[in-house]
Amino acid sequence: MNAEEKLTLKDFSSDQEVRWCPGCGDYAILKTIQKLMPTLGVPKEKTVFVSGIGCSSRFPYYMETYGFHSIHGRAPAIASGVKLANPELDVWVVTGDGDGLSIGGNHLLHVLRRNIDLQILLFNNEIYGLTKGQYSPTSQLGTTSPSTPNGSLDLPLRPCTFAIGAGARFVARSIDTEAKHLTSVLERAHAHRGASFVEIYQNCPVYNDGIFDYIKDKKTAADSRLILQNGKALTFGDDNQKGIRLNPRTMQLDIVTIGEDGVDMDHVLVHDETNKVMAQMLAELKGPKFPEPIGVLYCNPTESYEADVYAQRNQVRKNLGSPDINALLRSGHTWNAD
Amino acid sequence: MMSVVEKLVSEEVEGNVVSDVVVRFAGDSGDGMQLTGNNFTEATAVYGNDLATFPDFPAEIRAPAGATFGVSAFQIYFGSEDVTTAGDEVDVLVAMNPAALITNLDDLVNGGLIILDSGSFTDKNRVRAGYSSNPLEDGSLDSYRLISIDIGKQVLEAVKPFGLSHKFALRCKNMWTLGLVMWLFDRSRDITIDGLRAKFAHKPEIAEANVAALNAGHAYGETAELPTGVEVYKVPKADVKSGLYRNITGTEALAFGLLAGGQLAKVPLMFASYPITPASSLLHTLSSKKQFDIITFQAEDEIAAACAAIGASFAGSLGVTSSSGPGISLKGEAISLACATELPLVIVNTQRGGPSTGLPTKTEQSDLNQAMFGRHADTSLPIVAAATCADCFDVAIEAVRIATKFTTPVILLSDGYIANASEPWRVPDFDEYESFPVQFATEQEKFTPANRDSETLARVWAKPGTPGLEHRIGGIEKSFETGDISYDPDNHQKMTNVRKAKVDQIANYLPDQKVSLGSESGALAVVGWGSTYGAIHQAVKRCRTEGIEVSHIHVRYMWPYPSNFEQLLKGFDQILVPEMNMGQFVDIIRSRFLIDAKRLNKVSGQPFKIREIEDAIKSLLESSS
Repeated sequence: MNAEEKLTLKDFSSDQEVRWCPGCGDYAILKTIQKLMPTLGVPKEKTVFVSGIGCSSRFPYYMETYGFHSIHGRAPAIASGVKLANPELDVWVVTGDGDGLSIGGNHLLHVLRRNIDLQILLFNNEIYGLTKGQYSPTSQLGTTSPSTPNGSLDLPLRPCTFAIGAGARFVARSIDTEAKHLTSVLERAHAHRGASFVEIYQNCPVYNDGIFDYIKDKKTAADSRLILQNGKALTFGDDNQKGIRLNPRTMQLDIVTIGEDGVDMDHVLVHDETNKVMAQMLAELKGPKFPEPIGVLYCNPTESYEADVYAQRNQVRKNLGSPDINALLRSGHTWNAD
Repeated sequence: MMSVVEKLVSEEVEGNVVSDVVVRFAGDSGDGMQLTGNNFTEATAVYGNDLATFPDFPAEIRAPAGATFGVSAFQIYFGSEDVTTAGDEVDVLVAMNPAALITNLDDLVNGGLIILDSGSFTDKNRVRAGYSSNPLEDGSLDSYRLISIDIGKQVLEAVKPFGLSHKFALRCKNMWTLGLVMWLFDRSRDITIDGLRAKFAHKPEIAEANVAALNAGHAYGETAELPTGVEVYKVPKADVKSGLYRNITGTEALAFGLLAGGQLAKVPLMFASYPITPASSLLHTLSSKKQFDIITFQAEDEIAAACAAIGASFAGSLGVTSSSGPGISLKGEAISLACATELPLVIVNTQRGGPSTGLPTKTEQSDLNQAMFGRHADTSLPIVAAATCADCFDVAIEAVRIATKFTTPVILLSDGYIANASEPWRVPDFDEYESFPVQFATEQEKFTPANRDSETLARVWAKPGTPGLEHRIGGIEKSFETGDISYDPDNHQKMTNVRKAKVDQIANYLPDQKVSLGSESGALAVVGWGSTYGAIHQAVKRCRTEGIEVSHIHVRYMWPYPSNFEQLLKGFDQILVPEMNMGQFVDIIRSRFLIDAKRLNKVSGQPFKIREIEDAIKSLLESSS
């Protein structure tokens, strides 16, 4: 691509009519990503969006890049094949809570563990939208839905906890309508080599409307979100007067008020993105008792799988001779018959 | 059938010359019988006999010693004429313990030769095998020739100088036994000795102990007083086409064929698989061939393996995935995605006994219906089947050719028998193979992902990274014109029609169906597919020698069929279809061509015996005359 030709949001928008419900959080995410893409310096033809099945998985159709809308839960596996076949491609996976954590949970676990260089965006709306409103693996206990008319009975999964547990080296969270924050998180995810996992709180106005209002509403946001910045103290509240402390006796995180009960800033934890134990504890924080972390929970890069695959191949090739089929056919014991 | 000994003492043979022999090595799964058999096979191939082998082992890796279910056997049929099966009856049975004897004796011809390790015939082992009395003493082996030796004792003596522990010393028992059998058939020990020294290069004392055991077994044959008539047998060299030969298993040939196909198509391969018996060896073989343009990927499950292969095909490699029956079931949804998106993909099914876990180490051909029909919706796809170990090479190339030329998933059917068995192969000259380079789209003008070749109907293959061809594909129905999502009723009919027509017209690009043996019309054709080739070939050959009018047709292209297939079948009064399933191909032939084809079915986990097919041919012709 010629550096002079500046691409814009429009260049990354396909000619397809967007078919999400009015008010769906997916619109906001789409817009943010279409705006972000021209700034990443990756040519359109080298960008691939892969998705599974569900509302969020229609995403690739709206991007003027290469795209593959695959089958339910399998986007991480399809994307792994794309990236392994051509590591030069910039591959994004778009999935949802049902697609990624229920039917496709195994693939998500392994793609994170393997650390293939993909950006994996999980739109979490805590509900099955496309199949008309059944509860999902992230739905809160007691969610009433067509399949759970008396309330759901199984405990929800926390996507970031799952990702860290699976061995992900980059785990972050953001919010559908907060373009600035989402952009900064996605920039980080894109810059990270290896599998980067981003949970996006996404509102479903039809089947699960308003479930993230506590964290999105300006009146309650300060108390219900913990904005993570690497190297900065974990404080929140209107005047950042509240902080997160590790209670040495319970080995758990506590909320403290700075200036009360002899607590000062030295007692408040400082965010360290490379600390996996801290990331795991942060991922467990859940409202309304705790503020919910927003931003990069964990970033601790290591070599990505596909880079290792090609490096290993290059290494062993030195001892394997040339790719000569005739030589291969004649390898081992041969004999002549007259 | 005459035993070796009978052949030898009969007047028809000169000296101790026999035309063909079946030897079976049987022992505990930890006794090294497969290794022994493979070494004997190498030596026999180098000697110049034609041969076929049949490794038959239990699913348990190391079954309890002495258990009948833990018996592992390796059978080899070798001779001076064309050999295409591992043989019906066994002439020489090597039994390393009572369990090996009791489970294999039924297959030994009357008067056949037994070589057994008397040291293993302890009371405990005998009881464990199910003998109520000692077969070495109760006269039950009187109708056979018996060489009964305390092999353990002989081995301990032979390897004494190497100072091995008792346990390690006894591990050389298989080599001692191999030495004796090599003496019996005048085979050279050189390759085995070279192999042992290479394998144990870092443990020379183990290598030399094994070599000493091998030589001691050989020397035993030369010096010991063996039963009358047991001496060195000569099996004349087979009269084969001149050229360079090697032994090859079906798995190796298939792996080589995929790599060769990739080069002919000028496209990188991505082989994604998940371990399953008996298909895993293909993953192992390809994983060690990294000098070629191939990436191998052991996925987290069968579904991921299929999907990764599909992703790779989208990205411009040829995705190949491999499994056995149950694993192919799991891949079904993904294969339909490949049908819907019209991406090239090769799916290898090394069939095994089923359903479910079934008989993982035994062979069967019962996944033809799955290949034909085992997916949701109308998803016709081409199917090819390998007939022999060596045939796997050409069939794999064909699978790659069809997948890339017509942008379609292709199922390649192999089975546990040809995957593990081996045969001598006249090595082809790869330079004589015609290439079929893939044409990736590059032209931006008038590009849509729905573009297709007007002749082959193949959908355009435009790989990510190509400027200006950005596009989306997926499982939702697409417009015939633009490739965009379309729910239009007429369009769905049109797309279904074109996907079907594309596969149907592949028939125009296939070679005519040939008759393998016999005339092109007549009273009876035996129609087979897959690994039944060898047994059908021999049965038809024997019948024809007796003057019976019968032909053998063996089908490689299981879908679509070559254009002349129906006409060819209709030129025969009768059709007989032997299959290692309950009649899957015969039912397709009956329903598709309205031919009253007859069936011969076997699902015992064992390949057909020649005699079983021969009997079926004769009884069919008798009943209809």
